[in-house]
Amino acid sequence: MNLVRRLVGNAPPRILWSLGALLALLLIAPALLGKYWLSVLILILYFAYVGQAWNILMGFAGQLSLGHALYAGLGGYIAAGLYFHYGIGPWAGLFAAVAVAATAGAIVGYLGFRFSLAGVYFALLTIAFSEFTRVAFDHWAWAGGSGGLFLKVDATRDIVNLRGGPVLFYYVILALAVGAFILCRALLESRLGRYWLAIREDAEAAQAVGVPVLRCKMIAIVISAALTALAGVWNAFYYNNLFPETAFAMGRSIEITLAPIIGGLGTLFGPVVGAVVLTGLGEAFTDLSDALRISGIKQIFYGLALLVIVVYRPAGVWPWLADKLGLKERQP
Amino acid sequence: MSGARLDLEGIGKSFRGLRAVHDVSFTVPAGAVHALIGPNGAGKTTIFNMIAGVFAPDAGAVRLDGETISGLRPDRICDAGVGRTFQLVKPFRGLSVLENVTVGALHRHRHLGQARDSAAAILSRLGLHDRRHQLAESLTLPDRKRLEVARALATEPKLLLLDEVMAGLRPTEVDVMVQFLRELNQRTGLTILLIEHVMRAVMALAAEIVVVSYGEKIAQGTPHEVTRHQAVLDVYLGEQEMA
Repeated sequence: MNLVRRLVGNAPPRILWSLGALLALLLIAPALLGKYWLSVLILILYFAYVGQAWNILMGFAGQLSLGHALYAGLGGYIAAGLYFHYGIGPWAGLFAAVAVAATAGAIVGYLGFRFSLAGVYFALLTIAFSEFTRVAFDHWAWAGGSGGLFLKVDATRDIVNLRGGPVLFYYVILALAVGAFILCRALLESRLGRYWLAIREDAEAAQAVGVPVLRCKMIAIVISAALTALAGVWNAFYYNNLFPETAFAMGRSIEITLAPIIGGLGTLFGPVVGAVVLTGLGEAFTDLSDALRISGIKQIFYGLALLVIVVYRPAGVWPWLADKLGLKERQP
Repeated sequence: MSGARLDLEGIGKSFRGLRAVHDVSFTVPAGAVHALIGPNGAGKTTIFNMIAGVFAPDAGAVRLDGETISGLRPDRICDAGVGRTFQLVKPFRGLSVLENVTVGALHRHRHLGQARDSAAAILSRLGLHDRRHQLAESLTLPDRKRLEVARALATEPKLLLLDEVMAGLRPTEVDVMVQFLRELNQRTGLTILLIEHVMRAVMALAAEIVVVSYGEKIAQGTPHEVTRHQAVLDVYLGEQEMA
């Protein structure tokens, strides 16, 4: 009860009702939507979830990672490999996946934070680790090398092994996205969350008022990596294939960062709003380029749209939208 | 909350061979208010940074109530009971005034609600209560200086290091800050060491003054003694008449 009160806190009833209604709609969505729209919704939830995970490190604690594909890739490969080789289902495998990704996060974090790499230098370190790992997986037979790892496609529902159609994956990613949202809200309203914000604003001043800066940053990267690994597990079982060239790709890392950046860094709704905007734009431009029969025009429009948003809404879409709606995500 | 004694025992620090501070020793008794003065570049802030743990002294030791604190990390030194302000103010710019101070208060209060209450009380005493919901970056410089003091006090220190908190304040504002610090010291027995160029404040607050020049201590005594000390007059006061 105490936890519920803290989570709900001083959120206006209007927001709580809207969120409740939205959740109810999302719960019945598979019955209402066709296959195409369900797949769009799945994409939105996926980006909202990984965005939330990345936002903990960047939006809250202020540490720029451009290598989050590392954690998603490791998570996916570990869980998929355990299932492929030993028949260990993902519900058990995810513990190994999370442990490995969290350890990787701890290593990257320790190297970066202990030796005070900040800003772009820390970002370069995260990219480097992601790239090393990609090369290593290219040569690792257990993981299928550069030829990739394939899970047998099987649409008969088997919840124990996370096998089934889009509806199953929809509910899993919905649970993850909702869970991450609640977790982030709880973290922000905690001492640790406030310490992160203080570090993001000024680490030296934070340390002078007693914030154990290194420990707080380490916790941030470990939580962020662990959550991102879960997205990787989900991704591997949803798409049934993994290649080092895509799982650890720079592009994968970048796409994880886009929803929170477009939506609003450091806000709870930013990653969600950003995921809706980005996925919506992506789909719209795909249709447009199909209609125009010009291949590749999608990327151009997509890039231009991002440019326009970043130029006109540098703080992200959500703070602006919240203002228009008369809501204000309380500035901590 | 009560004060702690501060002992500096022959501390020194060099940067790339450049001697910033050399063999400085002095004691601030528990509950006392002392000032550290000296020309620009004399090493005052370097001494503060060694006390607060930004870097460890190359030589000597810093003790708080007899416990060695030199060499500890800044957050550990805050745990030990040292609060500090920064000469170049460092507010958490994107957070509200209240949340700035709440971060400090979280050091002693585990729960956000309690920390916020404690922060609000400190803000009232410093006259920042009306601005508590403003973002720290929107404050004027005098208010930012006050915010530095509030945030440091929120950690409930036993020794408060104030680095030029009067700079940029108008004379009436200086008087208000002096009054606040004097009351704070009398009410709680908090030990205060201040670096200050505003002599009006130094004279009003400090029982003793330590004078440093080129990284070395050249004089120590009551304001009355120091203002008549020949070495002080030579290096520091030649340029300006002391109040």
